[in-house]
Amino acid sequence: MSAMTVDRPATVEDLLGTPPFSMEDAAKRAVYARALSALTHCHFERCPEYRRIASLLGYRPGDKLEREEIPFIPVRLFKEYELRSVERSEIVKTITSSGTTGQAVSKIYLDRATAAHQTKVLVKIASSFTGSKRLPLLIVDSPAVIKDRALFSARGAGILGFSMLGHDPTYLLDENYRIDFARLDAFLEKHRGGKILLFGFTFVIWEHLCQTLQGAGRQLQMDGILIHGGGWKKLASLAVDNPTFKRTIAETCGVSRVCNYYGMAEQTGSIFMECEQGVLHASVFSDVIVRDPVTFDSLKSGHAGLLQLISLLPMSYPGHSILTEDLGEILGVDDCPCGRKGRYFRVLGRVKNAEARGCSDVHAPH
Amino acid sequence: MCTLPTDDGLTYVMGAPKGFSARPLLPFDSGVRGFLERLSARLMDDAATRAMPDVTSFAWWCRRANVERLAKDYGDGALRIGRGLAFHVTPANVPVNFAFSWAFSLLAGNANVVRLPNRDYPQTAFMVGHIGALLDEERFSELRAMNAFVAYGHEERITGAFSAIADARIVWGGDATIQTIRQSSLPPRGIDVCFADRTSLCVLGAARMLEAGSESLERLASGFYNDAYIMDQNACSSPRLVVWLGGDAEAEEAGDKFWNAVRAQVERRYRLAEVASVDKFTQACRDAIELDCVTEMRRGDNRIYRLRLRALTGETANRRCGSGYFYEYVAANLDEIATIVTSAYQTLAYFGVPREDLASFFRRNRVRGIDRIVPVGEAMEIGLIWDGYDLIRTLSRVCQVH
Repeated sequence: MSAMTVDRPATVEDLLGTPPFSMEDAAKRAVYARALSALTHCHFERCPEYRRIASLLGYRPGDKLEREEIPFIPVRLFKEYELRSVERSEIVKTITSSGTTGQAVSKIYLDRATAAHQTKVLVKIASSFTGSKRLPLLIVDSPAVIKDRALFSARGAGILGFSMLGHDPTYLLDENYRIDFARLDAFLEKHRGGKILLFGFTFVIWEHLCQTLQGAGRQLQMDGILIHGGGWKKLASLAVDNPTFKRTIAETCGVSRVCNYYGMAEQTGSIFMECEQGVLHASVFSDVIVRDPVTFDSLKSGHAGLLQLISLLPMSYPGHSILTEDLGEILGVDDCPCGRKGRYFRVLGRVKNAEARGCSDVHAPH
Repeated sequence: MCTLPTDDGLTYVMGAPKGFSARPLLPFDSGVRGFLERLSARLMDDAATRAMPDVTSFAWWCRRANVERLAKDYGDGALRIGRGLAFHVTPANVPVNFAFSWAFSLLAGNANVVRLPNRDYPQTAFMVGHIGALLDEERFSELRAMNAFVAYGHEERITGAFSAIADARIVWGGDATIQTIRQSSLPPRGIDVCFADRTSLCVLGAARMLEAGSESLERLASGFYNDAYIMDQNACSSPRLVVWLGGDAEAEEAGDKFWNAVRAQVERRYRLAEVASVDKFTQACRDAIELDCVTEMRRGDNRIYRLRLRALTGETANRRCGSGYFYEYVAANLDEIATIVTSAYQTLAYFGVPREDLASFFRRNRVRGIDRIVPVGEAMEIGLIWDGYDLIRTLSRVCQVH
């Protein structure tokens, strides 16, 4: 924790040395007040659109703000404007969040430092669940997702990010989104007896793994951990909830450790992970605030409202504090029986009638 | 007698395609008046009406005394008759609008085919039920043959089939709907009455506001609430721009007084949807980015957004956020608003400004917009003259007798 004693705000680099779920909320509040005040000032100076919004919201450059006072901007703005805090020449990667077909797409501009932080932080957070030993990785998706794309999709970014966590990354689905059983059998044979890591997007796993196996009457016996994210919207419409999902995974794949994550393309990297208790945790790199929809006051544990997500990662675009269109509630602070510190929460779903969005709730055409 | 179009995608919710009569009536036909009087009474007698303020206001509007009063304005001696068959395309977002559109046209003397809103509003089904039951009475058999309520998706062939036989087509916008409907052509003598997307404003006299006693202030705030919030500020006549007349300091003080009173109404009566809370906040961010003239945002909470403008701009007319999102400007005199009053503006609601000043502002500036100048609280009162059209005269024809 030496980062907190030096006379500058803690940065992502400083925190990479800290176990990702070790910081108690009181300490985090102090760290975040300074770090977020500095980030806000930085985006205010560098992103003209953000400067205008922050000014209208009453922010003055140099303001020293508490975590709850940091301005936030609606996530929808990333679909409508090019929000950048660096010169175009410094952009190394643009992440697009694929909305539902026909909808506007978020564009997230990454410079080298932000892109590197996303990868490092993702590995840091996820490996605290999977263990530091890199496991064989089975990607429940098609290689088509990362090929032939002028822009980099959030789904592709997730796949490449998680690829860092495992070795021998292998795609389960072929170009037509069908299980490549030959490839699967070879993979399982090769890594027989050991644990494996499965990664994929929630609805892709449901539709192309669970349903296919059920339809084919096949049962796999895999020993390992499944990490999945991307949103529940499609599954909610099929009345599939998290317990059903977990049970089905156990039945069809034999995998009993299933871990959901929650995150936005606007804050790639600093994802919120579901623990053994089935609740989502903020890591040292991110935080969550629940806002009353009428007043925008921050709400205490047990009160549902709009989720505001905070991340220390965004340097090249003003996404460090965003208001989502998701409802949720904080369930507690520092005292989850799983032992992880900081805030833990659950997501209750999208606000009604909101423009349907999600970081990857869509397929490539197939 | 004629036969109306039929189609697999088309349902006759009331009336039937066979045996339809498009033979017109004279305006304010006594049978129609008798029918509306009965309809009003019937709706008022149904206890369920009380829970639906929009149905209540329709029932109140078509009561006998009101229709008689309206008829007086048309006693100009001209020999008029309905145009024939009127085809109504009513809006999806206002449950009882179809009934007004239909009643206006009926009073003008027309037979009617009304396309009902696709969304299932309880008010719509409720009113269609009452209207249908009443038309089934033997004494209204002529009217029964003249009216049909239909439901269909957006099939162009069905719109086309009705348009092809319509003497008048009444389209309640928005602009995109009007464009689409206009792809279907009318007979050569057919006329279109289209209600496009509009916006509205409110002009408040600061000095008069400061003098207002608590009772008149509350009445005003309640009226403003009705104008703005009852339809989530989505109606064309809901004010989106609030212009204060007076000096800056005076307007500031008057503004506090007024908005505090409005806030009391809103806190008591309005339920802000979560999505609207996000929509309004997003709109404020867009305005911060796009509008140079926005100087300040005031929101006690998300129920009332006030965006202060340094200068008036035509831009605000195109912004339809809704749910209680207002642009606010302090003008030294009324003529300042002439520059932005394009044809997009429909209703000017006023308080604390002499009515004659508003009419002379209109004449002096010959503005392209503003079709109604009404006191605050009356913006939502739909009538036979709407959007600049005199609907009785537009939906009927004149027979010259020399």
